[in-house]
Amino acid sequence: MSDPDRPALQRMPPWPERRALLDWLLGLSGAGALLAVVYPVVAFVFPPRQAKGKSKGAVLAGRVSELPPGSGIVFPLGTQPAILVHTPDDKWRAFSARCTHLSCTVRYREDIGMLFCPCHDGRFDLTGKNAGGPPPRPLPEHTVVVKGDEVYVAEVEVG
Amino acid sequence: MTAAALRKVAGWIDARTGLSGSRHLLDAKVVPRHRYSVFYYLGGMALFLFVIQVVTGLLLLLYYEPGTATAYESVKRISGEIPFGWLVRSIHRWSADIFIGVLMLHMLTAFVMKAYRPPRELTWLTGVGALGLGLGFGFSGYLLPWDEVAFFATSVGTAVAGAVPFVGTLLLELMRGGEDVTGATLARFFALHVVVLPFAALGLLGAHLALVQRHGMSVPPGATPTGPPRPFVPDFLLRDLVGWTLALALLAALAALFPAELAAKANPFASAPAGIKPEWYFYAPFQQLKMIPARIGPFEGEAVGTVGFMVLGALVVLAPFLDRRAARGEPSPWFTAAGIALFLYLAGLTCYVWLH
Repeated sequence: MSDPDRPALQRMPPWPERRALLDWLLGLSGAGALLAVVYPVVAFVFPPRQAKGKSKGAVLAGRVSELPPGSGIVFPLGTQPAILVHTPDDKWRAFSARCTHLSCTVRYREDIGMLFCPCHDGRFDLTGKNAGGPPPRPLPEHTVVVKGDEVYVAEVEVG
Repeated sequence: MTAAALRKVAGWIDARTGLSGSRHLLDAKVVPRHRYSVFYYLGGMALFLFVIQVVTGLLLLLYYEPGTATAYESVKRISGEIPFGWLVRSIHRWSADIFIGVLMLHMLTAFVMKAYRPPRELTWLTGVGALGLGLGFGFSGYLLPWDEVAFFATSVGTAVAGAVPFVGTLLLELMRGGEDVTGATLARFFALHVVVLPFAALGLLGAHLALVQRHGMSVPPGATPTGPPRPFVPDFLLRDLVGWTLALALLAALAALFPAELAAKANPFASAPAGIKPEWYFYAPFQQLKMIPARIGPFEGEAVGTVGFMVLGALVVLAPFLDRRAARGEPSPWFTAAGIALFLYLAGLTCYVWLH
């Protein structure tokens, strides 16, 4: 391999090592280019998270005159459905209406006196506690304020 | 056009493409004959129903308008105002249901006949992948009418994905396009249903069919021939055609007698309707999720159920590599029994939901 005309070549590392270095650099830039494509695509696909602060103030959920004891109504509270219940023993209670099992919207069922999710037969008692079927957790409770005929609910978890 | 002119056109095309060179592929394609030969028609039937889905899907695209303000209204218009819109939409729904059923039967018979033995492992994998895409088509298409049944079915289905340990939350946000099922979800399901999945299906089906062509049809171990193999063209193809004609008649009858329904428009702030159910092919996981307790030891019930179904799915996918005895050409009755037991378990849950 001694070439008298090209002494500079002899001072360089032997070819296989240079080839390996070049392969490595090529691979690195290839990976960099791939990452530069994949990362924005993945980031694009996941939407930015919305600020999830509690909704400010209370919303008018229903009217005393329209909700006799033993009835309930689902209404929007911020971006989420909530449920207001006038219990048979004349108490007002409000909960998140999203079933803690797989996020269907619950309803009040007069016949069993419970909150019921028809998707997988989940049941909650009127304190929001999971009381039958697959739901793993109680429904988060909201605050109820009755002012004359109007019933207001605020997204503040009690307790 | 006269026969001579047709021949001239054919000759012109052939001179530029050399297509007639591939004729020997078709001439050489034969279908073995034995007592289980009838199951060979299931693949062709699935293919036919897929074509029906593509054609009716393209027709529906002419009028369907994605978006929460327009999707429900446009589907209502398709079913009510557009000439034969109810027929096209109903056939799309029915054909989808039957397509999944045929794919499942195709898979079950391929499993029992051990068609996944070497060198056909990739044929099995592409086939199971196609079934996965079929379920994805069903799940994404279900939301598109944007009625309340669709809305809550998608809420639940995506929440199930959300129960997967570790990556659940990411998966859920990826599917919903946010934390809740909204117009963003509808937009991505629409894109998935009409662009992403069709491209993937074409690729996977192409590979599946090329592999079938490459290896020929698998003869189950121990099956004795009942006659000489049948030429694919025209003998088998004509028999396929009879089945396809019957299937088309069945679809038309089902569409006329039981047209696709449309519930009330989706309202995220209304309670889920009573008696809500998913499509029939999700009955088994649906019922399993109902029966599973809220907590199993330290784990949440739905996470256990979701992981359980993922493990079962992985076992099915890996069947060619797990059934070592069949790969060596030995009988593997225990493996067959395990597969049939899994099938009976799923079928049992499905029937249970059906009857309740």
